[in-house]
Amino acid sequence: MRPDTVSPTAAPTADPDAPHDETVPHTHPEPGVDPHPPLAQAGRALRVGIGGPVGSGKTALVAALCRAFAGELRLGVVTNDIYTTEDADFLKRAGVLDPTRIRAVETGCCPHTAIRDDIGANLDAVDELAEAVGPLDLVLVESGGDNLTATFSRGLVDRQIFVVDVAGGDKVPRKGGPGVTSADLLVINKTDLAPMVGADLAVMDRDARARRGDLPTVFLSIVGDPTAGRVADWIRHQLAHHAVRHPIAAPAGPA
Amino acid sequence: MATSSLLLLLADGRFPAGAHAHSGGLEAAVAAGRVTDLASLEAFLAGRLATAGLVGAAFAAAAHRAVTSAGPAVRGSTLALLDAELDARTAAPALRTVSRRQGRALLRAGRAIWPEASFDDLPRTPGGAHQPLVLGLLCAAAGLSRAETATVAAHGTVTGAASAGVRLLGLDPYQVQALLVGLADRCDGTAAEAARAADDPPERLPAAAAPLADIHAEAHATWEVRLFAS
Amino acid sequence: MRAFARVVARADGRGGTVLAELRGETPLLLRQTPGHGRAATVYVVGGAAGPLAGDDLRLEIDVGEGAAVRVHTVAASVALPGRPDAVSRMAVRAVVHDGGALHWLPEQLVAAAGCAHLAESQVELAAGARLTWRDEVICGRYGETPGAAVVHTRVDYDGRPLLRQSLAVGPGAPGWAGPAVLGGAPATGSLLVVDPSRPAEAATVEGTLARLPLAGGPATLWTATAPDAHTLRAHLGDATLATVV
Repeated sequence: MRPDTVSPTAAPTADPDAPHDETVPHTHPEPGVDPHPPLAQAGRALRVGIGGPVGSGKTALVAALCRAFAGELRLGVVTNDIYTTEDADFLKRAGVLDPTRIRAVETGCCPHTAIRDDIGANLDAVDELAEAVGPLDLVLVESGGDNLTATFSRGLVDRQIFVVDVAGGDKVPRKGGPGVTSADLLVINKTDLAPMVGADLAVMDRDARARRGDLPTVFLSIVGDPTAGRVADWIRHQLAHHAVRHPIAAPAGPA
Repeated sequence: MATSSLLLLLADGRFPAGAHAHSGGLEAAVAAGRVTDLASLEAFLAGRLATAGLVGAAFAAAAHRAVTSAGPAVRGSTLALLDAELDARTAAPALRTVSRRQGRALLRAGRAIWPEASFDDLPRTPGGAHQPLVLGLLCAAAGLSRAETATVAAHGTVTGAASAGVRLLGLDPYQVQALLVGLADRCDGTAAEAARAADDPPERLPAAAAPLADIHAEAHATWEVRLFAS
Repeated sequence: MRAFARVVARADGRGGTVLAELRGETPLLLRQTPGHGRAATVYVVGGAAGPLAGDDLRLEIDVGEGAAVRVHTVAASVALPGRPDAVSRMAVRAVVHDGGALHWLPEQLVAAAGCAHLAESQVELAAGARLTWRDEVICGRYGETPGAAVVHTRVDYDGRPLLRQSLAVGPGAPGWAGPAVLGGAPATGSLLVVDPSRPAEAATVEGTLARLPLAGGPATLWTATAPDAHTLRAHLGDATLATVV
């Protein structure tokens, strides 16, 4: 099992309902300024891409978000695995989402191609989800574990989250790359491991601000926050924009 | 006639139609130990070109013919018949599914790029029309000739598998490219044969079979862990 | 040599089958043997060696409503070279009407060195007809490189295409022995079973034998490659048939 899905007794506990935990550094966009490009057309789910290097905790974040939105949103998940169905199977086993709401896309050794250059299979999977389970409010598209250059096409997702972890080294935000610099939300994951790997969260926060300008960054420990509260709140915020600009006819609600 | 840039665009493996996720049966042939090196890859490509390559190119050319020379009233019924004829040439259900899936991916690209084209003539088969039919319509929309259409189709059946060979076997990409260069004449010959065949009635179109293609495809479809969709 | 043969089978009104016509000519001679059950059994008795390149053999089979026919051959056909630049041809055309059944279970076709052979079969099945159709090809006699052989099968069910397949081996069929087609196997074949009373079964693979449900009708195709004729028959023979016929 992945480190961030284990619950060590010494894990810090955070109240997932607390919107601002000032002990954990994070950034906000400038008030009144919407740094995002226009959202997708009306009548379809908000599509959020979740990318990041291998082992940074993307699948655990998806599982956490499934828990967070259970009973709140009509949710679907598309996974892009190197080994086709491994991540999808993990989510199905975790029991966080009805298996019919999860689709796996095969990527022929090229996970970045499937989310950026040649997105048809992912778009098919999104369509198939809607055909199979009806209208959705939110589709999470998880990329295969790749490298710091892997980003989603705007033809596939409306918003993208890039996940790095402290165990990858506190230099990652400084190194930048398209994922770190341009993702709509940067998640620095596994903060509970920071003392063990000697990562300085303040350095990561400073470097992320320098790289990302007004784009937000959140620090996350799924051990302490099994519903990834701040990421879930950010997605709710995006959904509110989506709904205001493009009202969806069918009301949101549990499936 | 000058080579058309549109021909090159449509034949390019980077054309966003999902080709990168398909090995054309090579992943299963590698797993079965039947393709291990450059020589066996070459034999694989030659056999694939003469079977699936010829059939796919002939159906792409026939679909092109149906929308460029048939009257609007019979386009739909001709394409529906071609779809059923291709089903009858695709004994393995896994291969039928893959062909329709690739057809959907190609159609998505086609509708986005040529919104005025007559894709609505395609049969509304569950799972979507077969890939060669969609390719024929896409090439017609791009203004390619029937011969060019067959060339795009035949070329795609070998380049996709060759690229998968580089990824699966770690082969020297220069040598694999040289192998494709060596196959180019044969690829053109297959395309020419396919383009000629498109004048025949649908039931007489090529039906070249490859038992291992069916066997490999069904075995591959059962794997829990695989790199390629086919 | 040219030869034409014809079988016409009709229900006899008592649950059996009568052969209203049974005629052939050398080397395509037909003999009826005592059948089992309601089916009439016919053997194709080779009246000469071959087929040799240049031979043109045609067989027509018509199975009426409620009739049933089994067709066998007494030995394998060995396609041999003959006149230079000539092709030997064996064309079978069969029609099976509603409620009729045809079981085409010949011995193997052996593509001997230097042969140029085309086996062409065309079968029209009415809705409600049943069919068992086996094709087996042995690529050369023992240790021999085969000549060119093409086995082309075309089956329609209820006016719609059910199966089209054309297997080519030998010179003129690029890559035929390679890993995309036969993978070096000297024996290959298929068994088609069309039976409207049987539910469709899922595809399966066991080694180099696959069971493939077809799209165009109530039909299943077994397809196989094998190291020899005996193993191939084990794949496509009585054991498999017992599960379906």
